[in-house]
Amino acid sequence: MKSLTKEALPSISTLHQAYRAGGTSAAGAALRCLSAIEQNDREVNSYLSVDRDGALAQAKAIDEQIAAGQELGAVAGVPVGIKDVLTITGQPATAGSKILEGYRPPYTATAVKKLKDAGAVILGKLNCDEFAMGSSNENSAYGPVRNPASLDRVPGGSSGGSAAAVAAGMAVATLGTDTGGSIRQPASFCGVVGVLPTYGRVSRYGLIAFASSLDRIGPFAANVRDAATVLGVIAGYDPMDATSSTQPVPDYTAGLDQGVAGLRLGVPAEYFGEGLDPEVRKAVEASIEQLRAAGAEIKPISLPHTKYAVPTYYVIATAEASSNLARFDGVRYGYRAPGVSTLASMYRDSREGGFGAEVKRRILLGTYVLSAGYYDAYYKKAQQVRRLLTQDFLNAFEEVDAIVTPTAPTPAFKLGEKTDDPMAMYLADIYTVTASLAGICGVSVPCGKSSEGLPIGLQILGKHFGESTILRVAQTVENQQG
Amino acid sequence: MLAKDVVEKEPYNKVIPFTGKQMAEEQTVSVADVKQVAELANLELTPAEEVRMQMDLNSILAYVAELNELDTSSVAPMAQVSEVVGGVSDLRPDQVAPSLDRANVMVCAPETDGAFFKVPKVIER
Repeated sequence: MKSLTKEALPSISTLHQAYRAGGTSAAGAALRCLSAIEQNDREVNSYLSVDRDGALAQAKAIDEQIAAGQELGAVAGVPVGIKDVLTITGQPATAGSKILEGYRPPYTATAVKKLKDAGAVILGKLNCDEFAMGSSNENSAYGPVRNPASLDRVPGGSSGGSAAAVAAGMAVATLGTDTGGSIRQPASFCGVVGVLPTYGRVSRYGLIAFASSLDRIGPFAANVRDAATVLGVIAGYDPMDATSSTQPVPDYTAGLDQGVAGLRLGVPAEYFGEGLDPEVRKAVEASIEQLRAAGAEIKPISLPHTKYAVPTYYVIATAEASSNLARFDGVRYGYRAPGVSTLASMYRDSREGGFGAEVKRRILLGTYVLSAGYYDAYYKKAQQVRRLLTQDFLNAFEEVDAIVTPTAPTPAFKLGEKTDDPMAMYLADIYTVTASLAGICGVSVPCGKSSEGLPIGLQILGKHFGESTILRVAQTVENQQG
Repeated sequence: MLAKDVVEKEPYNKVIPFTGKQMAEEQTVSVADVKQVAELANLELTPAEEVRMQMDLNSILAYVAELNELDTSSVAPMAQVSEVVGGVSDLRPDQVAPSLDRANVMVCAPETDGAFFKVPKVIER
């Protein structure tokens, strides 16, 4: 198993202490990441574009603020990377697709703008599955990302580049997106922390849409506190996203050290069934026992509709995708097929040439389930089951404060590996998609390693807007890992 | 520039075709259906892609058919999370505000005269 030689980066608070004490500068931290990218990313392939000049200019501006004794933003001088489905004015935004090759959007995503306003140093844009459709990052039109823990394995997906960049010391924190598990599962595979905020907590303005009722933006970091810090920066109401919530944003770092004494943690039987790798089960169960020892009350619970989550997800996500991806038509931006003589052939040839196989397949499925005669049987039915799945969680949260499960049924699998076990694939999705459909929050935190040294993640799911609680549990797990 | 081998690369990793039991069940989607859906979606598939897509759609839809085990006759469809949790503001006031600068938008277009997007002719004579 070949892994990278990498150096852990300092945490945000360590960086800030060093900036104030003059031990290092924001430019120094940025250069350190840029040099890690030069050294490691030929093999990992996590960055699709690097904005070296922009990053160094921003770092220099922060260093001048520090020298002038100004108050520092929450992520001032912190080198970060951004998944390539989020826009930054003038920077490439491919969404991992050939159809957006060369596109330079004229606007910046709200989450990125908030990071910039808080002083973050944006290093570049990160690789992902095309239009965030995939769970191994092998659907990127720009080549797969490799897992820094073992280079012959996938980093997970679709935010594989975002997870791998943090794991390989090529960014202190990154932004990813999660529609069915695309933050939590790669966080688990790469051994980093990944947060799925409640739907509506972070504005989606500037996110290239996959499935709008499911898409969410969230942070990756090497530790829980840094992830909580970044979440606090990007969260909040935005008039540019009609689904963004007006709920006030708490200080997510404030209660991290409160421990779990008195917290009721639910363990759903449905998440420990067939297909769960024995080593993952062992690590997750050991972690749950440690939480019990730390004073949490562990309660067995049931989420009875869980087995219906994956089919429900694939109907709703593809239906929304077929609608969202209709905008890629070769007219306003992106790829236009050459030599076309009519408008209709321009649409068809541009989409045929620009989209990869997985994207086409999801567009076709989504178009089918929305088409006349099938809408009620598939789309409406899935929306009804979505409510049942959501109600499962609402019922559970009457009895527990958070729910703990494995994030993924196995550690990272090998690149190009074709699994013929439908049950394993079924379970691969089920641990993450249900929370996506219900809109609740979640986090994946490292809770152990396999005998081969591959990271294993614990998923902690919380109520709508219950981020503070799940981050507190995650911090306890992290402390116990030592 | 488009590299054909890159565009056509598989793998289908998230939902692999479900083998065994589900595949043995009814084939809901025909190649003609695939062609029709592709036309609705403005996609042009090769004959090989049509066959592959037919197989994939059938295996997924057989799996989706499991939803019919549930009686949902009294369940309202859920389109948005905010229906359940609220916390979303009313629509913002309909006020005129500066939008994206036209020059910055048009520069992204494959073909433009600076003011409008240019496209091939709409109707063939």
